Amino acid sequence: MASKSLKNLTAPLSGNNPVIVQILGICSALAVTVQLKPAIVMGLSVMVVTAFANLVMSLLRKGVPSRIRIIVQLVVIAALVILVDQVLKAFVYDVSKQLSVYVGLIITNCIVMGRVEAFALQNKPWDSFLDGIGNGAGYGLILVIVAFFRELLGSGSLFGYPIFEKLGLYELGYANCGLMLFPPMALIIVGCIIWIHRTINTNLQEK
Amino acid sequence: MKALRNIVDKIKPTFSKGGKLGFLHSTFDAFETFLFVPNTTTQHGAHVRDCNDIKRTMITVVVALIPCLLFGCYNTGLQVGLEGWLAFAYGLVRILPMIAVSYIVGLGIEFTVAQWRGHEVNEGFLVSGLLIPLVMPVSTPLWMVGLGTAFAVIFGKEIFGGTGMNVFNPAVLARAFVFFAYTPQMSGETVWYSTWKMFGATDAQTGATALEQLATTGGMQWSALDAFLGFIPGSFGETSTLAILIGAAILLYTGVASWKTMVSVFVGGLAMAYTFNLCGVGAMGSQGVEPYMHLLVGGFAFGAVFMATDPVTSAQTSTGKYIVGFLTGAIAIMIREINPAYPEGMMLSILFMNALAPLVDYFVVEANIRRRKNRVKTVK
Repeated sequence: MASKSLKNLTAPLSGNNPVIVQILGICSALAVTVQLKPAIVMGLSVMVVTAFANLVMSLLRKGVPSRIRIIVQLVVIAALVILVDQVLKAFVYDVSKQLSVYVGLIITNCIVMGRVEAFALQNKPWDSFLDGIGNGAGYGLILVIVAFFRELLGSGSLFGYPIFEKLGLYELGYANCGLMLFPPMALIIVGCIIWIHRTINTNLQEK
Repeated sequence: MKALRNIVDKIKPTFSKGGKLGFLHSTFDAFETFLFVPNTTTQHGAHVRDCNDIKRTMITVVVALIPCLLFGCYNTGLQVGLEGWLAFAYGLVRILPMIAVSYIVGLGIEFTVAQWRGHEVNEGFLVSGLLIPLVMPVSTPLWMVGLGTAFAVIFGKEIFGGTGMNVFNPAVLARAFVFFAYTPQMSGETVWYSTWKMFGATDAQTGATALEQLATTGGMQWSALDAFLGFIPGSFGETSTLAILIGAAILLYTGVASWKTMVSVFVGGLAMAYTFNLCGVGAMGSQGVEPYMHLLVGGFAFGAVFMATDPVTSAQTSTGKYIVGFLTGAIAIMIREINPAYPEGMMLSILFMNALAPLVDYFVVEANIRRRKNRVKTVK
């Protein structure tokens, strides 16, 4: 794989992360991160949708007149989201119920449309596909980090396994932080991730 | 005194920029100005000279809090069945660790951040550090006090730029954090009493607080005079309206707190309580609870005197102070009446009005500009 193609895949993981650098897709990052499992499923779903939307739109980019491109993009993305939704309902029904409307709302996730508009329409299919995978993974990564802290500190468990109870922390007087289960705390955690990320990557700091 | 000054002068070069321990200069600075009034003067710009600096202002508030603190100690012991000096000693033993934790955590963060950023250490935490234990229930575990303090100082203050830059009052934020994060431990019937057995204290008494009793039955087991003097269960500092009024007198006499905010909070609260009573709606309004009772129970008076008047988070303009104060009182009573599930509407209404205060100020300033522009037009 050429190094330029590889960069499409890795840049969105940190330096050009869609959530913590471009500040896109925050809404669902707050909504589905109470537990790890739904967060991972959501991350994977978005990754699939972004990757294939990018691939399809990149293949179609020369044939679609620019005046109707938004409508074509919407059709493609909507079709992909419905596919993903059906697959989730068929194979992981309980997670699908937990995610409820947020799977359908991937259509409105700015990351998907943003990558199609900004990248797929100007680049070749393979590069676009990698870019989609990278952005989906970058989004999923943040979701998993946020969900890890929210589930661990809010419910004292990971993937539903009561880790704090097994460690015997409750007998020492520890209590779960109920605030972690509220969306505002997800925003604060995202804020902390951005804080740490910008402290390390000084070139991202606004002047 | 002279000897102390000599010691400070002797070790000063070590801590100054370029000295061996130069990186600690903001920590050193904090201790030096804590011990001695700094003899430096402002070099540029317009400034009002006053012997009062932030440290003196903050110390005045701490002094004003002392009646609440002392009475709180006594009352805490009283509520577990102790009397006299024993009750006082019991309360003191309970609150001192909380105060220590709050100061150690809060000042620790302040010093670290100041050191890291190369700022001076700000004095704002002197008051917050005492306010935080005073608004916590007696049975709060120490680690919760520490966590609440850390949350309030980091997310309420330091990320906005430290003292003077904060949008929300750190003490209220700490209380709100602990309340929402540890709801099961912070509400219910036993939290207002201590569960420690010491000096022969009786076992945990249970019972609804005065506010809860008023909301559910329309009456309470204590008389209004008891509520005014503070012989009711509640957080350390907030039970005695009398002690709070002594504090208020100190704050107003020294001019540290704004009487405009303070008075309008009470007016707003009373007006809202009367409205609910007239309409006969709300948890207490429908049961005909006297409006003045609101000022005696719960944290209303404490919030009005010590928290709503915070010069940083309250409104800056005179008209703004009236508006923000009035709304703080009114919203607090509204929350109490309509949603008695939140035992302390005052905390939420102060935070809410903290967020709105800059907006109120903005409109007040705009209105003033418009008024003066019109005056120019008429002259022409």
